[in-house]
Amino acid sequence: MAWLTKSFNSSLGKKLLMAITGLFLISFLIVHCGLNATIFLNDGGVAFNEGAEFMGTNPVIRTMEIVLFAGLLLHIFDGLRLWLDNKKKRPVAYAVVDGSANSKWYSRSMGLLGTLLLLFLIIHLKHFWYFSRLTDDLTEAHTLYNEMQIVFQSPIVVVIYVLGCVSLGYHLLHGFQSAFQSLGWNHPKYSPTIKTIGTVYAVVISATFASMPIAFYFHLIH
Amino acid sequence: MEGNLNLTLKIWRQKNTQTAGKFETYQVSGISTDMSFLEMIDVLNNRLIEEGDDPVAFDHDCREGICGMCSMYINGRPHGPNRGVTTCQLHMRSFKDGETITVEPWRASAFPVIKDLVVNRSAFDRIIAAGGFISVNTGNAQDANSLPINKDNADDAFAAAACIGCGACVAACKNASAMLFTSAKISQLALLPQGQIEAATRAQAMVAQMDEEGFGACSNTGACEAECPKGISIENIARMNREYFSATFSSK
Ligand code: HEM
Ligand code: SF4
Ligand code: FES
Repeated sequence: MAWLTKSFNSSLGKKLLMAITGLFLISFLIVHCGLNATIFLNDGGVAFNEGAEFMGTNPVIRTMEIVLFAGLLLHIFDGLRLWLDNKKKRPVAYAVVDGSANSKWYSRSMGLLGTLLLLFLIIHLKHFWYFSRLTDDLTEAHTLYNEMQIVFQSPIVVVIYVLGCVSLGYHLLHGFQSAFQSLGWNHPKYSPTIKTIGTVYAVVISATFASMPIAFYFHLIH
Repeated sequence: MEGNLNLTLKIWRQKNTQTAGKFETYQVSGISTDMSFLEMIDVLNNRLIEEGDDPVAFDHDCREGICGMCSMYINGRPHGPNRGVTTCQLHMRSFKDGETITVEPWRASAFPVIKDLVVNRSAFDRIIAAGGFISVNTGNAQDANSLPINKDNADDAFAAAACIGCGACVAACKNASAMLFTSAKISQLALLPQGQIEAATRAQAMVAQMDEEGFGACSNTGACEAECPKGISIENIARMNREYFSATFSSK
């Protein structure tokens, strides 16, 4: 097994791990976003609460929740490791850097965007995951939907969530197509399609998520 | 004379690897727009020599864009403001009269400064030595036509082989990564039948050497490809990833 750890500790291996965990998180976000979007059915959260109940009790989903946390922690650990490693490779900084001449700012800021995401995730998990999994406060009378209504009354929370979604959008705008390149998937036939799907995915997911706290705050859903 | 430039140059001066460097400011006047960037530095150096000062040390050899020696980081970009050219092929018509131009060496821990703008790029040689070769029998060369090669592969291998080892990719990368260079050197062999014999070990050996030299990892920003004077594509990096992963999982 030494060959495997050696490979995953190489510069290429670290990026392979980044890409695999990143794509896994991307697949999770589709489910998460799709389920939460049921709040827009305006059914008072009935469909949403049913979905949340299923996610909270189904043994397969509960197992996947552990895998999800493991994947997220691996992604964060590997991302921060890469970020810190890479920063050491240029001990004397350039006096003048014209970065926008050759690359997008968000592609150069994945570590920063990821760290913002991490801070957001801590707040987010405290709001809803902690509430539903680690306390006894979740009842028939006080559902996860009710909790969202309460949490999103605070304008500060809404702003934090929107900023979190903006960070996510930019992280994914680069991350989606970057993951395929890291996996070695660069092909004239497929790459343009991958890039398009990545852009659409990043915009749709982050905009849909951002619209949720905004909708609650302005009482646009019932 | 009309069309001639007066410029302010901020140039990095550093005595040797051990001492810390700093910027010095110089004025040059009457620079012809037809001069190359290196000829403009020659003008400055002639004056410095006449005044008894130490001329600016910089690397150069062919001055026609093929040797890869002329490493200068000009106004925040390797090889200056134009795409697809080396510093020796950059002409002063790309600058405006009265402009201040900042000139720095490639900055990377794997490319230590030797003096002023000269950096030590022998790390590249060691990456090639680690696996950038093929095994051939000695004796008469066999008939070239006896080895059929797909036209697309031949074209891609040739495009990868255009890398002149200048190091602009490392200089441009925020991680000082040498992925574009290394992937070009792997690809030019991996695409051809002659390269198959060492295919399983080449990528592993060259990537290991690249990491050992202290180059960074890839963030796929694409800055290397944009700044490479030879237009080397990051498709080569994806190929290197494939070569490396398949070697990792299939080699003994
Ligand atoms: C929570 C904190 C997070 C941190 C600290 C983080 C950090 C990073 C960093 C530093 C990179 C760039 C690595 C590099 O190119 O050198 C990266 C790439 C990536 N991240 Fe994240 N990230 C986080 C969350 C997420 C989430 C929630 C997702 C997806 C839903 C995600 C998806 C991706 C993808 C797809 C890549 C591209 C992988 C590649 O280039 O091969 N990340 N992340
Ligand atoms: S890949 Fe391009 S930029 Fe990098 S060393 Fe080769 S020619 Fe120079
Ligand atoms: S001096 Fe040879 S490429 Fe510029």
